[in-house]
Amino acid sequence: MSTVAQQPPAGAEARAQLEERLERHWGERPSLRSWFTTVDHKRIGRRYVVTAAVYFTLAGVEASALRTQLARPGQRLLSAEEYDQLFTLHGTAMIFLFATPMLFGFGNFLVPLMLGARDMAFPRLNAFGYWIFLFAGLIMFSSLLAGDAPDGGWFAYVPLTTRPHSPGIGLDVYALGLLFFGVSTTAGAINFIATALKLRAPGMSLNRMPVFVWAIVATSFMVIFALPPLNLANGLLFLDRRFGTHFFDVGRGGDVLLWQHLFWLFGHPDVYIIVIPALGIVSAILPTFARRGIAAYPLIVLSLVAIAIVSFGVWVHHMFATGLPRLSLSFFSAASLLITIPSGIQIFAWLATMWLGRVVVGVPMLFVLGFLVTFVLGGFTGVMFGLVTFDQQVTDSYFVVAHFHYVLFGGAVFPIIAGLYYWLPKMTGRMFNERLGRWAFALVFGGMNLTFFPMHVSGMLGMPRRVYTYPAGLGWDAWNLLSTVGVFVLAAGLLLVLGGLLYAIRRGRPAPDDPWGGDTLEWVASSPPRPYNFPVIPRVRSLHPAWDGRTAASLAELDSDRTLEEGRRTPVTSELDGRYEWAAEMPEESIRPFVTAVGLLVVVIGLLFRWYWVAGLGGLLAAGTIAGWLWPPERTPEEAAAS
Amino acid sequence: MTSLIEPFEEATRPPALTAELPVGRTRGWWGMVLFVTTEATLFATLLGSYFYLRFQYGPQWPPPGIEKPELLKPLIMTGVLLPSSLPVMWAERGIRKGQRWRLRIGLLATLIMGSTFLALQGMEYASKLKMFTIRTNVYGSLFYTITGFHGTHVTVGLLMVGWLLAAALRGSFGRRRHERVRLTAIYWHFVDLVWVGILFTVYLSTRL
Repeated sequence: MSTVAQQPPAGAEARAQLEERLERHWGERPSLRSWFTTVDHKRIGRRYVVTAAVYFTLAGVEASALRTQLARPGQRLLSAEEYDQLFTLHGTAMIFLFATPMLFGFGNFLVPLMLGARDMAFPRLNAFGYWIFLFAGLIMFSSLLAGDAPDGGWFAYVPLTTRPHSPGIGLDVYALGLLFFGVSTTAGAINFIATALKLRAPGMSLNRMPVFVWAIVATSFMVIFALPPLNLANGLLFLDRRFGTHFFDVGRGGDVLLWQHLFWLFGHPDVYIIVIPALGIVSAILPTFARRGIAAYPLIVLSLVAIAIVSFGVWVHHMFATGLPRLSLSFFSAASLLITIPSGIQIFAWLATMWLGRVVVGVPMLFVLGFLVTFVLGGFTGVMFGLVTFDQQVTDSYFVVAHFHYVLFGGAVFPIIAGLYYWLPKMTGRMFNERLGRWAFALVFGGMNLTFFPMHVSGMLGMPRRVYTYPAGLGWDAWNLLSTVGVFVLAAGLLLVLGGLLYAIRRGRPAPDDPWGGDTLEWVASSPPRPYNFPVIPRVRSLHPAWDGRTAASLAELDSDRTLEEGRRTPVTSELDGRYEWAAEMPEESIRPFVTAVGLLVVVIGLLFRWYWVAGLGGLLAAGTIAGWLWPPERTPEEAAAS
Repeated sequence: MTSLIEPFEEATRPPALTAELPVGRTRGWWGMVLFVTTEATLFATLLGSYFYLRFQYGPQWPPPGIEKPELLKPLIMTGVLLPSSLPVMWAERGIRKGQRWRLRIGLLATLIMGSTFLALQGMEYASKLKMFTIRTNVYGSLFYTITGFHGTHVTVGLLMVGWLLAAALRGSFGRRRHERVRLTAIYWHFVDLVWVGILFTVYLSTRL
């Protein structure tokens, strides 16, 4: 940083002027209007995180109700109908409304910061995606208040979910709600890829891109290819239910397994859509607390990409018990086992990083260690499920419930909590209480294992999943009671996490810009970052820009290519090498994303209640707003020819 | 189609080995290409579902009571829709040289050809609906869902082309400023190409 010290006082003045000018173009005055119109990726990212946390809490309360019902045999706390709605909504919300949006929230906040950009590639699309996510969640949860929530399990198998067997509105909410939410996820994925390919700071070639961003990009590519089968499945289900088509109706030539193929062609990649960004969080936090760069960066990136690709060839392992031909089962079994190789490579790369470094066990690192233990256990039972014969024995038992909670709680929730602690200083400018965090970890880790480990046993003892109660004397009582006790320990731990974070936001001491000594660019921005992120866009010289003196020095050079203080601009660079191409104009705040999302919400509500003319009006509102949104400015031929 | 093939040609020529090529793709280009990719995947799974259901159904397809589809009308529809990409390409090349008149005429031609296609599809539906509906059996459900979904895409594409034409008539585009033309063209080419897959699946494959 010697260059900063050598700057004459005039440099400091020029810098102050620069920041003032940038503030004028990028700053937003806090107001109710700006709350609806903002396109700032940091505000949107924080909103994603907060909204997903609220949905997580709701889905967690549902889970506690389920466990309370199962604490002892023969309880009548919940009726069978209520139990079905609660477990369906619990699963659907955790997968769709919590895990993916929470990780997209991290991505929204962090990707531009880590790349040294001033916003996402499409800031207004980003705002649009958030509003859709918010509305989709509200629709799904409000169906529970109306007493007619989806009740066919989170994967909604036909024929149970077709109209003759589920006449209520619940499964229409499911199909339309997920289609609606798919718009948000797809928009987010496209935005992430375009951002990562075009808005990296000059000098950040692809092989210098942080692992977290690689993880988000791999996930986004999976979304591009995995969401269409889900959307198709839900579209066909809705057509069957509402307009009397016969896709899943065996009597008129339909086929019930079509649903399972389409759903799991999405569903298995979706497991990795959830886990890969979480692995990216681990790869961001672990090296910081091991005090060295990540080991085997190219192998980790290749593993992420390999998982993203291979995960499209394993969906049938969810269908081993449906009577498909033996030969096809062997293929999918082999592919499922193959995935352990790239997963294992990552685990060993993290172990090597810790081995070669000097581990500092802060609160984020504790949760990362918790992740390593639980995720490996979940992976281990995953290998067991890859074997057809074993799978057929324990399918649809509590063993499955234990397995995927180890994978998803271990593989996603632990990294997410680690990430919340790790980036809290950057997101809010406040530090958290370390002791409270340690207590929270102890309770969450203990409670999680106490809740889900006994399910391995009750599953082995033959307890099927999704039963609302069970008779005494089958040997399941003690294991169920343990699980229920575990859920309350876990809930106490999660409340401590929440309380600790809220307390930090209100009363925490101000955070320095770089509290952990991280290696990625978000730590050279202020805490919380200015609306324009970086007064000077860095020129990146290595994989660890924040640890690299030449990159740091570039932050003090007031080079007009990288200050871009006229208007809202950020540099665009080439896809592979990150060479400077031009300065892109970034859009200002706008109400149109919100209005478009409201238009689509009206479409969904209209379809749901058979008010088709209302749906038509909503469609017109959305289409009209988009037409205005993208309407090009009028230009004379001379203006349009100028570069 | 040149706008789609060019990057690959460029990237496989010798200069691409020493310097990064192609250059100059915009955020918008990536956005539209990725959007088209996810849409194409949707059509692929839809057509895949058609074959899945067909082969699960049994030897006689279409099911008893429904004749094999006539080919004359769909082939005329193909003859109208596929060439409708040419005027868009011609228009795009024109505006790259700053010729606004070419942009306007090209877009208008595409608009007319696309609308003709939709009108023909309406006539096709009118005759088919006398034989079977979307509720008759799974064949009817597939036929109307696949062609209707594609028809919706043509309609959206026409709205985009019409919107672009309105902007072009007012005078928004020129030699350097015409990204929206390029992006709309990509979408329109996609809608065209998908029709080939649908023609093969829904019409030709029943005669194999």
